[in-house]
Amino acid sequence: MSIFVDQDTRVVVQGITGAAGSFHAGQMFDYGTKVVAGVTPGRGGTVFQERVPVFDTVHEAVERCGANAAAIFVPPPFAADAILEATDAGVPLVVCITEGIPVLDMVRVSRLLEVTPHTRLIGPNCPGVITPGECKIGIMPGHIHKRGRIGVVSRSGTLTYEAVKQLTDLGYGQSTAVGIGGDPVHGTDFIDCLERFEADPDTDAVILIGEIGGSAEAKAARYARQHMKKPIVGFIAGRTAPPGRRMGHAGAVISGGDDTADAKIAALREAGITVCEGPHLLGKTMHDLLTSGRRKAARRRSRSAAQKKAAPGPAAKVVPAPAAVPAPTAARASGKAAARRVRVA
Amino acid sequence: MKTHEYQAKQILRMSGVPVPRGILATSAFEAEDAARQLGGDVFVVKAQIHAGGRGKAGGVKVVRSAADAGDVAERLLGSKLRTPQTGPEGQEVRKVYVEEGCRIARELYLGMTLDREKRRVTMMASADGGMEIEEVAKKTPERILKVAIDPMVGLSPFQARRLANGLKLQGKTVTEFGRFAKALYDSFIAYDASLAEINPLVVTEAGQVVALDAKMVFDDNALFRHPRVAALRDPWEEDPKEGQARENDLSYIALDGDIGCMVNGAGLAMATMDIIRLSGGAPANFLDVGGGADEQRVTAALKIILADPKVRAVLVNIFGGIMRCDVIANGIVAAAHQVKLKVPLVVRLEGTNVKQGKQILAASGLKIIAADDLGDAATKAVAAAAKQARQGQQEGK
Repeated sequence: MSIFVDQDTRVVVQGITGAAGSFHAGQMFDYGTKVVAGVTPGRGGTVFQERVPVFDTVHEAVERCGANAAAIFVPPPFAADAILEATDAGVPLVVCITEGIPVLDMVRVSRLLEVTPHTRLIGPNCPGVITPGECKIGIMPGHIHKRGRIGVVSRSGTLTYEAVKQLTDLGYGQSTAVGIGGDPVHGTDFIDCLERFEADPDTDAVILIGEIGGSAEAKAARYARQHMKKPIVGFIAGRTAPPGRRMGHAGAVISGGDDTADAKIAALREAGITVCEGPHLLGKTMHDLLTSGRRKAARRRSRSAAQKKAAPGPAAKVVPAPAAVPAPTAARASGKAAARRVRVA
Repeated sequence: MKTHEYQAKQILRMSGVPVPRGILATSAFEAEDAARQLGGDVFVVKAQIHAGGRGKAGGVKVVRSAADAGDVAERLLGSKLRTPQTGPEGQEVRKVYVEEGCRIARELYLGMTLDREKRRVTMMASADGGMEIEEVAKKTPERILKVAIDPMVGLSPFQARRLANGLKLQGKTVTEFGRFAKALYDSFIAYDASLAEINPLVVTEAGQVVALDAKMVFDDNALFRHPRVAALRDPWEEDPKEGQARENDLSYIALDGDIGCMVNGAGLAMATMDIIRLSGGAPANFLDVGGGADEQRVTAALKIILADPKVRAVLVNIFGGIMRCDVIANGIVAAAHQVKLKVPLVVRLEGTNVKQGKQILAASGLKIIAADDLGDAATKAVAAAAKQARQGQQEGK
């Protein structure tokens, strides 16, 4: 299991003949993603890199090749239209990588998505989504990822890579890593991902990476407080960003008082999320949290076992901490077994 | 992209929004002449800078004659206005806008921006015109009325009426306000604005609704389809380094510290600034080289960073996903040769082709401090900057 994408995901790449589209379609192929078709209006009937057919429309790609996900590498002026086309073709998952789409275009797109619940949009302006070893849709470097049980969700691309690399180096793989994108109006948000990770039996814990601007992190914190049992490690980028200046991402600007990094960190902490001070501590903080959780769980188990012996009763019903998490070494050793379980599931 | 008041008013006037008549002047003669052309006995001379808070800083003056308009323009032009938004060094006034005066009965506020949570453009109105709207929002949020506008429908007449009623407008002023709001909405959408603020929106003694001030900010991502809006950019209003960065497709923002940063990705760039602070240093800038940077762009980035005299050390932090580390390394080497590098350079490379990248740097003969990870890079950059500062002091003595 994983969230959003797995080995059954069949991808159509919109804008496959462009510079970014062709390069990353190739990378996705090499990673093992089932790329089944490409779309570039006017180039229908050709074949991409002797591998997949190119169509003029997404509808054809869906009908002829059974695509059930779209990756969009279309230039900004035409990207909103590309999302609408994929939606109209009934594609259930649309991942838009394109950076620089006009905000009002996305306002119109998101209005349409409100009435087309069969389509989930990830992005735009995002690195994409990856379930290591199964499916990579996007531009993230595949080799830093590793199959495993930590979910990652982030507004920032390279900061996601940073988190993933740190996890992998410590022996923790990822169930799925999702970049939700840095634009002010985007599809899938933190809460969608938290909900899925909480329900995913193959995710044990989550890393959540936010940044200044907007209220998505505060909302995610409220959600986590009410609905999440799995441990979360958080980080918010932009503590030192000056107010009123847009930091690269169209969405990264402090405009009111509640969208500062400090306000967001406070909201996350209030929700019981372990927030790390620096981006270099993401992996280590997760490791510490999981191992201390394991120790606590072990203590709780032995305590409840002792109580059971002494006085069987309500006290014995103490719930053990969330599913025992494999230590890094164990994770490394059981990597293959875990992978096998995933396939069976 | 920000614009000047007179530019915003030109756009609004063309969309049918009532604005006072006015003429732009770049000299005292022009200002006096402008007032004569406008006629009447009350004029307002307004400094044209991008920063808000001009009124309090003395940048907006009401005068009774054309000669006085010339005198005020003479004082304002070339002076520096200091407002909370300009920073302590202030912003030089290079243009003034001379407007006809009007008889004000009420001052209101009308604004439009994106409500991120609702994913809709929202129109906001308040009876507390002329005040800092952020202050109103903080202290008395109930005094700000909001309507979220469905992009498929546009601003509905009932929404405008709700705002008008909330503002306690009466009679034909309600209709006037409705027309004003619709025209404002239409121009906001037509030109892909990201912010429009009419503060104050005035009701005249004759019951007319007029935009006494106007501020419009446009979506940079949509400028490609509005060449006329893009042409309104005023390079004098921005840091020259930021302009240079924009021309090279880089995202650069000058800050106060002494450690120059070059990072790929906005989030990682912000996080790099944060970790520098955490390690006891101060970043000199935010710089995102972007995803598809080539050697040329990396060279341009390093030149911009080094053009800042405050910079005592440079930290390059690249996590190459799309961007290959060998390309970055070649850019660094090329730039270092072009701009005689005098400050220490700390480089942390990770990701695609990292080995080739490190080899290129090692073979270059440049004095580069290699860092293994993010934490290590920040520590080394802070130490290098501190050492450079000590050496500078010693040379000074």
